[in-house]
Amino acid sequence: MNRSISRLAVFSLVLISALIVATTYWQTWAAAGLNDRQENAIQRVAQFTIERGRILASDGRTVLAENIERKVEGKTLYFRRYPTRGLAAHVVGYSTQVRSRTGLEQSMNDYLTGSNANLSTVVDTTLDKLRGAHIEGNDLLLTLNARAQRVALRALGANCGSVVALDPTTGRVLVMASAPTFDPNLVEDDYQQIDRIRARCQQPSPLLNRATAGRYIPGSTFKVVTAAAALETGRYSIETTRYDPGYCIEYGKHVNNYDTSSPFGNVSFLQAMQYSVNSFFCNLGKEMGPGPIVEEMKDMGFYGRPPLETPASERRASGLYKKGELFEPKDSSQVDPGRLAFGQAELEVTPMQMAMVAATVANGGIVMRPHVVERVINPKGSTVTRTKREALGRAMSAANAAILARMMEAVVAGGTGTASQIPGIRVAGKTGTAETGIEGRNMTAFLCFAPVERPRVAIAVMLENQTGVGGTTAAPIAKQVLQALLQGP
Amino acid sequence: MSLSARNRELLNLIVVGILTGLGFASVYIARQEIVSPESLTYAGFFLGLYLIAHVVARLTVPYADPYLLPIAGLLTGIGLTEIYRLDPTDAFRQGLWVVLGVALFAVTLLLLRYDFRRLEAYKYVIGIGAIALLVLPALPVIGRSVNGARLWVGVGSFQFQPGEFAKILLILFLAGYLREKREVLAQGRLKDFGPLLLIWGGAMAVLVQTNDLGSGLLYFGVFLAMVYIATGRLLFVGAGAVLFLAGAAFVYQVVPRVQDRVSIWLDPWPYADDEGYQLVQSLFAIAFGGFGGTGLGRGTFANANGTDLIPFLNTDFIYAALAHELGLVGIAAVLLVYMLFVARGFRVAMLAQDGFSKLLAAGLTFAFALQTFIIVGGVVRLIPLTGITLPFVSYGGSSLLANFVLLAFLLLVSNRANAPR
Repeated sequence: MNRSISRLAVFSLVLISALIVATTYWQTWAAAGLNDRQENAIQRVAQFTIERGRILASDGRTVLAENIERKVEGKTLYFRRYPTRGLAAHVVGYSTQVRSRTGLEQSMNDYLTGSNANLSTVVDTTLDKLRGAHIEGNDLLLTLNARAQRVALRALGANCGSVVALDPTTGRVLVMASAPTFDPNLVEDDYQQIDRIRARCQQPSPLLNRATAGRYIPGSTFKVVTAAAALETGRYSIETTRYDPGYCIEYGKHVNNYDTSSPFGNVSFLQAMQYSVNSFFCNLGKEMGPGPIVEEMKDMGFYGRPPLETPASERRASGLYKKGELFEPKDSSQVDPGRLAFGQAELEVTPMQMAMVAATVANGGIVMRPHVVERVINPKGSTVTRTKREALGRAMSAANAAILARMMEAVVAGGTGTASQIPGIRVAGKTGTAETGIEGRNMTAFLCFAPVERPRVAIAVMLENQTGVGGTTAAPIAKQVLQALLQGP
Repeated sequence: MSLSARNRELLNLIVVGILTGLGFASVYIARQEIVSPESLTYAGFFLGLYLIAHVVARLTVPYADPYLLPIAGLLTGIGLTEIYRLDPTDAFRQGLWVVLGVALFAVTLLLLRYDFRRLEAYKYVIGIGAIALLVLPALPVIGRSVNGARLWVGVGSFQFQPGEFAKILLILFLAGYLREKREVLAQGRLKDFGPLLLIWGGAMAVLVQTNDLGSGLLYFGVFLAMVYIATGRLLFVGAGAVLFLAGAAFVYQVVPRVQDRVSIWLDPWPYADDEGYQLVQSLFAIAFGGFGGTGLGRGTFANANGTDLIPFLNTDFIYAALAHELGLVGIAAVLLVYMLFVARGFRVAMLAQDGFSKLLAAGLTFAFALQTFIIVGGVVRLIPLTGITLPFVSYGGSSLLANFVLLAFLLLVSNRANAPR
């Protein structure tokens, strides 16, 4: 009997050894893979034991995102609160249990959770774990001007649209407003309330960051790009004159000027810009073909996602689109160069990109990389990284930029953009009104920068579903934001 | 220096008491906000309880194996610490069950201190008793169903799993019956298997009826093991295994629950949000423990809103909780403790002088080992998951009481084998 018993004993011990082997497998070989899986609830909870860094506006006092502590099962968990609610919701995004993350909360997660590992932080966090201390993330100091941001949102009101303001010499994003906005605090607690947000357009999509992912037709604001392309060819000057019959002939059809209703006769380049004469630009386009325009667009950042710290999925490249895909015309047979020249055709642009256009002109032709995170600050208060200004390239010569600035100043001084005049400050701008094919559903836009002699702000305002034109709808909003940024409280 | 068996046991128990105290202390340090300092008295109380068990053992079974009681104490201590960490109220109740368990342990020792082999004479009564216990939950009024398995008997708020005791009674019956019939059985005459197959078939039928597949596997395994020990013929085991596979295939065809369990076992990921949720999250918990674990009291078992991540964590999945907090180092040590118990149990069986004692000790020990394998194997995805308890560690009164009786029997057998003649 003992022989059978000892065999059974060995068998039993083998069974339990198999358990040790299996457990070893899960806790060593398989562990890394399991820890990374989406379904892993422990990892989701573990995120909440980290005290995420705060997100601050450029004044360093306005808190856009902070934490509230709550004790759950004896653990201190940190939940996000957004004291300024919708103020910078699209830039900051949200970090929740149920709907994961968006905005900087997503793309800067490593900094915010302090897991931007270098050797010394790894040692630090390991020591913290042993001491049972919680992990504190880094704060983000943004470039956003809270006051101007508030002004922009209030000016947008119930419209669907967006305002982007850049510092043209550094690329700092001073304002990035998207309307309608939402209260990120509701994402976790009362999502239905966000679903019910309404605004003056068909699809309010409050979660969409229109500034970087909206799809706008630039209309006449695109003439700035066409003008830059024309000046860069060296074949045109500010005195170049063309005859305006009040329309432009496209494939035998008349395309009327929009912003003005009567023919101008002979117009100069300057006047064409000032009064937004479609036929002039139409002719420029037909003369140049799409090539130089597309080249100029690329120099200004079109055909690529606008570089910014927000998640790539929340940024959309501007350019010509065909069937939802970016498309680059090889010659005039693939796109109507006349319509392209005054900003119609199949152009889809973001307000961010148009602000970069204005900023490029303001900055003497050099495109600056836009950024919204100024500094990353660790819990002890010292700077982890600081965003350096960076030129992306030259889109036009300084001389041509100066000519464009002169033309755009004329727009505000006595053209279609007079609504953005500010006493004592020289403002340069360009209006735009794009037909969507439906009466009373125009997309209107306004680009501007100021002061012309030494530009500090470049702005793009783009609105949906407007009955008015760019000069009456978008320009006044741009003016308020300019004043907030240039004149202080 | 040579110590007597009981003095060695006392020394081991003191070590176990210190270990349990350390466990409670570390839970207390990690969870001060939830746990009160009085919790530390738990460890003291617990040590006192085991000292009482020791004194009873000293009086009744002075020559018994000195390691089994401390090992059981250590496992109970580990379980109690983890249950306490998960829910102090549950731990209080579990503590009461330990008191009852020690009492039952003492009663068993006192009643059978002269000669437990008397029980052999009542083997048929015991066998029928086992079946009766198994049938109880299937009865109307008192029978209760928990999570799809009808295993419980309840009167008012008091619930009980008679199957845990049926296991011990069945082993007693088998030990008695096989001891008597082993020579004839070894010759392989079918008619001698009659009563055996009858009792066993009855038990299996009841198990399939109550949907308790884990226990079914356990009983079947123990049955085959004891037949093997009695006859020494692997052929029977082979035949039995074939029978089992046939039965398993049949059950798989008929019971949808079994099909679910098997498909989740083979690939849990498609079911990660519904039927496989428990298993998948438990694997995450184990994996998160890694080599060193999170530390007692520092694991993550609740969602950010405070709800449990893994249902039935303190019963079926306590192994996952332990692996999470103790890490590979700790959980491997716990499994080694199980191995020690099993090794000591088989040693008792080998040293026993008579067939009944040998069969009893080996049967009980194998049941202990196989039960550990079935539940832990299910949790670590070695075999399909079936909900049975981890001996001495899982939360649950019936299981704890039954295991104390099992321990008492092992000590009785051991005492008799080692006693000077």
